[in-house]
Amino acid sequence: MNIFIYALIFWLITWAFNEWYVRLNIRSTLFQQTRNIVVPVLFGAALLALWEGATRGFNVPTVLLPPPSIIWERILNSTHILWVDFQQTFMKAALIGFVLGCGSGFLVAIAIDRSPFLQKGLLPIGNFVSALPIIGVAPIMVMWFGFDWPSKAAVVIIMTFFPMLVNTVSGLAASGAMERDLMRTYASSYWQTLFKLRLPAAAPFIFNALKINSTLAMIGAIVAEFFGTPTVGMGFRISIEVGRMNVDMVWAEIAVAALAGSVFYGVIVLIERAVTFWHPSVRNRATA
Amino acid sequence: MLARSKTLPLLTVITALIAIWYVAAIWMNSPWQLERYEKAGVDWNFSQLVDDTLNQQRPVLPGAHQVIEEIWKTTVQKKITSKRSLVYHTWITLSATMLGFIFGTLLGIFLAVLIVHNRAVDKSMMPWVIASQTIPILAIAPMIIVVLNAIGISGLLPKAFISTYLSFFPVVVGMVKGLRSPEASQLDLMRTYNASNQQLFWKLRWPSSMPYLFTSLKVAVAISLVGAIVGELPTGAVAGLGARLLAGSYYGQTIQIWSALFAAAALAAILVMLVGVVDRIVMKRMGFVSEKVEA
Repeated sequence: MNIFIYALIFWLITWAFNEWYVRLNIRSTLFQQTRNIVVPVLFGAALLALWEGATRGFNVPTVLLPPPSIIWERILNSTHILWVDFQQTFMKAALIGFVLGCGSGFLVAIAIDRSPFLQKGLLPIGNFVSALPIIGVAPIMVMWFGFDWPSKAAVVIIMTFFPMLVNTVSGLAASGAMERDLMRTYASSYWQTLFKLRLPAAAPFIFNALKINSTLAMIGAIVAEFFGTPTVGMGFRISIEVGRMNVDMVWAEIAVAALAGSVFYGVIVLIERAVTFWHPSVRNRATA
Repeated sequence: MLARSKTLPLLTVITALIAIWYVAAIWMNSPWQLERYEKAGVDWNFSQLVDDTLNQQRPVLPGAHQVIEEIWKTTVQKKITSKRSLVYHTWITLSATMLGFIFGTLLGIFLAVLIVHNRAVDKSMMPWVIASQTIPILAIAPMIIVVLNAIGISGLLPKAFISTYLSFFPVVVGMVKGLRSPEASQLDLMRTYNASNQQLFWKLRWPSSMPYLFTSLKVAVAISLVGAIVGELPTGAVAGLGARLLAGSYYGQTIQIWSALFAAAALAAILVMLVGVVDRIVMKRMGFVSEKVEA
């Protein structure tokens, strides 16, 4: 009980500090940037402390919800298993599926770029399919491609294909008529216009799809493993350890998955900032 | 006009897809069929092969007519209360979806109101709301189900919980954008009227966020269906569309898997369409010109 009260006090202090901190009005870029990091980090730390305090203070059985410290210990003790699972699920299934799915969606979008007829036919279908529970094809893919990672990569390919297709097509339509006319007065060919004007203009849309797809790829790869795997992989480990009531191991896998997902997303955001440095949303961030 | 110009391309593409499906079905089912011919020592010709590959009991890829036939059999010709009725399973999934969707929407709106009205909450919570979605929550689904089961909560609620977690995110992001969408001049006008914070909220911010809300709701309802289906996987395949998928994959009943998939797709389409209808009615009542908002 005591430890919970300490956690509660810690939470209240960080909250009060954050309230005070965001009200400070100092016009320096450095101050603003550090604040944007410090405030959410403090909030996260307070959440962790509450979690630790609540589980220890009320003696919550570790089978239900282990405190963060036990999960951390478990992560340190089983780095090998975690690494092997990570390789199987992330490096093979998710990453390969992501590259192939995004790549093929992008290429198909370029291919149908010159045919308004195909675009009109494919776009509604793409939008429709994006709303469907595609994850359901997982059992079929496992049946077709076997238990190992190719079947998981196939699920990821299907999940990531349509968001990429739809976004690229609308991105290619994003450049203005004036700019296109200018390219025509330069007597530029179709491909020159594509590479020098329309693809750069489409970049924000394409990166949007990449971001959506990065989370979809993780989900697809892990959930597909519930339908059958060789005895390795994050989804496999999660479903097995839940059955054995080793909940701390499950949380360790989840922590790895969350970290991998966040880093994956973060890398895409960094590349986006470098590539679309001209876009208002990125320029504003630099000056604000 | 626009609708008409879209119909022909759409029909062409759909026809092409169905044609590809059938060619793929014949191609993928033929190895097994050819093996059987060889064992039985029958002479076969191509039309017979096509006929047989499209009527197997457990095909690698069933033809569209087999799937439709199965759906017809398990919806119209079975009693709704029967465990083999697809309507029964769809209803189970739908109820979890709707419960999670409603909770998720309420939670999302609540968080968005907090974020818009309190800077500390905005700065500290928003990054975590976004980070929460990089966690593949669907991967945690089995644990949530099993753990909640262990403390005596089973049935609808755990599944609805997963749907809630998935569906609150688009609502938060959309509503924060929507509640902040009134322009500075509009806010200033309200201030000159001496409007209180509450009046400002109910008369300006809330109405102007509606288009954003409905755009997010369409995403949220689709994603909460996914949550409900995945939530049904680890419950030991009792009931629901997810359980049908899992049972089908255990026993190699491909036709059953495909029919459950089609039911899920139809359900998603109907739910998104319903939100769209409500969207249009509300927008019309509020006097919005029908314009699309990009969320």
